[in-house]
Amino acid sequence: MNVQTPANLSPKDYATDQEVRWCPGCGDYAILKAVQKAMADIGADPASTVFVSGIGCAARFPYYMETYGFHTIHGRAPSFATGIKLANPDLDVWVVGGDGDGLSIGGNHTLHAIRRNVDISYLLFNNEIYGLTKGQYSPTSRLGTRSPSTPHGSIDSPVDALSFALGVNARFVARGIDRRQDHLPGLLARAHAHKGCSFVEIIQNCIVYNDGVFEHFTEKEVKEDMQLEAEHGKPLIFGKDREKGLRLNRQTLELEVATLGEDGFGEDNVIVHDETNRTIGGALARMKPPDFPVAVGVLYCAPAEMSYERAVLAQNKAIADQAPTRGDMNTLLHRGSTWDVAA
Amino acid sequence: MDGGSAVSDESGNELESAVVRFAGDSGDGMQLTGTQFTQATAMARNDLATFPDFPAEIRAPAGTTFGVSAFQIHFGSRTIRTSGDAVDVLVAMNPAALKTNLGDLRKGGLIIVDTGSFSRRNLNKAGFEENPLEDGTLDGYRKLEVDMTRMTVEAVKPFGLGNKDAQRCKNMWALGLVDWLFGRDRTINEDWLKQKFARKPAIANANIAALNAGHAFGETADMAREFGSFVVPPADIKPGTYRALTGAEGVAMGLVAGARLAGLPLLFTGYPITPASALLHLLAPLKDYGVTTFQAEDEIAAVCAAIGGSYAGSLGVTSSSGPGIALKTEAIGLAIATELPLVVVNSQRGGPSTGLPTKTEQSDLYQAIYGRNADSPLAVVACHSPGDAYFAAIEACRLAVKYMTPVMFLTDGYISNAAEPWLIPDFEDHEPFPVTFRTDPEGYQVYARDPETMARAWVKPGTPGLLHRIGGIEKHHLTGDISYDADNHQEMTDNRLNKILGIANDIPAQAVDQGRAGGRVAVVGWGSTYGPISRAVSNKRAQGHDVSHIHIRHIRPMPPNLGDLLKSYDTVIVPEMNTGQLVTVLRAEYLVDAKPLNKVNGKPFRIVEIEDALKDWL
Repeated sequence: MNVQTPANLSPKDYATDQEVRWCPGCGDYAILKAVQKAMADIGADPASTVFVSGIGCAARFPYYMETYGFHTIHGRAPSFATGIKLANPDLDVWVVGGDGDGLSIGGNHTLHAIRRNVDISYLLFNNEIYGLTKGQYSPTSRLGTRSPSTPHGSIDSPVDALSFALGVNARFVARGIDRRQDHLPGLLARAHAHKGCSFVEIIQNCIVYNDGVFEHFTEKEVKEDMQLEAEHGKPLIFGKDREKGLRLNRQTLELEVATLGEDGFGEDNVIVHDETNRTIGGALARMKPPDFPVAVGVLYCAPAEMSYERAVLAQNKAIADQAPTRGDMNTLLHRGSTWDVAA
Repeated sequence: MDGGSAVSDESGNELESAVVRFAGDSGDGMQLTGTQFTQATAMARNDLATFPDFPAEIRAPAGTTFGVSAFQIHFGSRTIRTSGDAVDVLVAMNPAALKTNLGDLRKGGLIIVDTGSFSRRNLNKAGFEENPLEDGTLDGYRKLEVDMTRMTVEAVKPFGLGNKDAQRCKNMWALGLVDWLFGRDRTINEDWLKQKFARKPAIANANIAALNAGHAFGETADMAREFGSFVVPPADIKPGTYRALTGAEGVAMGLVAGARLAGLPLLFTGYPITPASALLHLLAPLKDYGVTTFQAEDEIAAVCAAIGGSYAGSLGVTSSSGPGIALKTEAIGLAIATELPLVVVNSQRGGPSTGLPTKTEQSDLYQAIYGRNADSPLAVVACHSPGDAYFAAIEACRLAVKYMTPVMFLTDGYISNAAEPWLIPDFEDHEPFPVTFRTDPEGYQVYARDPETMARAWVKPGTPGLLHRIGGIEKHHLTGDISYDADNHQEMTDNRLNKILGIANDIPAQAVDQGRAGGRVAVVGWGSTYGPISRAVSNKRAQGHDVSHIHIRHIRPMPPNLGDLLKSYDTVIVPEMNTGQLVTVLRAEYLVDAKPLNKVNGKPFRIVEIEDALKDWL
């Protein structure tokens, strides 16, 4: 192995020699490509980068990244990542997992990694299905999803990944789409730049078990009408001719779509995206077709003063610095009441 | 001998050992009283062992039997190995305490009761229809009835406390009396009160007045003639500096010491569970010792964070009790597959399921050795006393980092809570075992092994030139690439097993704790049965019987000489606080006809129980 430096690496320098074993046409290939591009764009140091994953198709990700990698157990990647950051906060830690991994078996750990604000970038590949176990419905599958375990259609309500994240006080939530190579690398760079837990939902097509479930907003013909690219400081406008915008319905306190130029609705009436505004972020996260476009981009970003592990280590240091023991082991052993027995 | 016959002289002469139990309501301060009597006893150079028995309920209603809190101390002029079979002196601060503790008092033993608390209401709460002080319940015991409540209130009158605060001093009155009874110097108790209530001098002075009043009562009352005071002469104790040590403290300091000897920061992760939480509480303040603690969202997250910590170059340690260990199991398998150091501390308690959280048991031995899916070997180390816990925890850390393996460290609720005087070691005397992280990229292969230990190299992420991926999928035995190859899986399975078995060459040969190699009977134990086995065997040996005591620390792998050693006895008896776990391991491993001796009532073995069992074989 040769020693690599972060300078001037190209996306392919972040690829391993391992044969990629996803199904042909899987959305994961596109995400892998976007991540490798983002790494090159960032100038990430492979030696100080760690990809941590749980179990599932997405969780094979670390094997394909020429960085450090830890393929762990189902749902627990955020917990491993937390331990890694506590041991070495200078590492760049990425967590990769699917919707079953992150929101079902590992939902608890996702919750706590987010609310603690551990400085990791969490990429949740959402394909609304269990792929590796051959196609059972997942916690993000829409009502009525037919699968081997729900032959008559699923009857439990799905979880919305970004609303969940915001609900547990995420300070960075974003959404991207596997097919959007023009958009995804930049989004990943933003997630990486965020200090604290950045949570990114990546819409990912499972070509074998759930093919086409996102077509209504990802296909070429519809994407401009059904995707809204949120950018900080810019009006929330979308559509083939950029003719539609979002405004607030003051009766329902909900967003609504209106056409520019109709009923006196002008560009000045369009809500301007403020990614530090939780209310806007939450409303954008909740938008669903057919009445709304799917919002992509950084929906909410409000960094805390310090990430969890930095705060832990700062407290450790502050206490240690003022401790008179200076870490002397014999002082510890003699703590409390002691007495001498003379010979 | 131990076992209920300790206090034989009732006229005030010398005793070899005595057992005193302070029992009262949760709010009566019995743990403090016991701890203070322990301090005074240690200063008098007796050897001793203590055990607290507090209720599972956080705030049990006052006066009820399930709100009774007790503290027992066994002390003597010879080596003390248990907290005592039968109680010689019972201090009962209320009717409920009398009711729940009377059964453990030996016949002819002394009861000291606070009659001031024996109101009709308290008698009802304790479930007494008649007053036991009057109805003959206490026939066969000696009883000292004192209205401690009233006498305490009188003694502290000058300090102007409210009635409630005044009454709260009565535990110190009781302590003063018991200090007098055993000729203890109460200066250390006074000093402690002054320190504890430094900011509340009135409270400090009131408590000292109560302490002195209890002592004066002993000196001046006529009771001396009737009850006598006891003399327990100093024991022959090795010179040096001592402290009181609980098992939880022993484990905590052992882990800190182990990490220090390895040259690593300690990442200790846990989730609250009885009786393991004490470790988290003890380690959380030790930030000046390179300790980072993490209270995780659950047991699984705790073990995963510890493994993540080890992966990144700390010593990852997680701790729980049986039910929590069960939850950690899958992740421990990952640490086995990825060959990362990890120490898993199990403070065992009664089970299955929630079981008896505050009671002791040693029924997780199978779980430690076998309790994972697949062939997933790890090392198992068990400590046998509070002081031993320190050294055994260091050993667990040593094995984890040297062999790149999870180590299950077994302690139990009894050891955790029990305390004993501890001859404080000099840390400089410990042999360091510094970890060397691999930094040389030349020829690095993820699963290439050290020829001696079979451990793979430990590489910290962040190291240039050594990029690699690990995980739970089977890996090639050298490159670490994913491998589904049949022969490779056989080889990796063999490697994982042989690495653990090879540890046997790096641990001390099994010693005979008492007695000799070969002979009639060996009593073989592990963990907290050490005390009662040790005393039972020494009692039997004093009677001339050919019986030896072997105590096993390294449960997996076991010392290489153990099989031959066991086969050198006519009979091998294995007392355990479970239904027979070590015994089947020994039978399977060595084909010896070991006999089980089992007990699972939430309490440690009494010495006499082991002695009785031995009668059949001697």
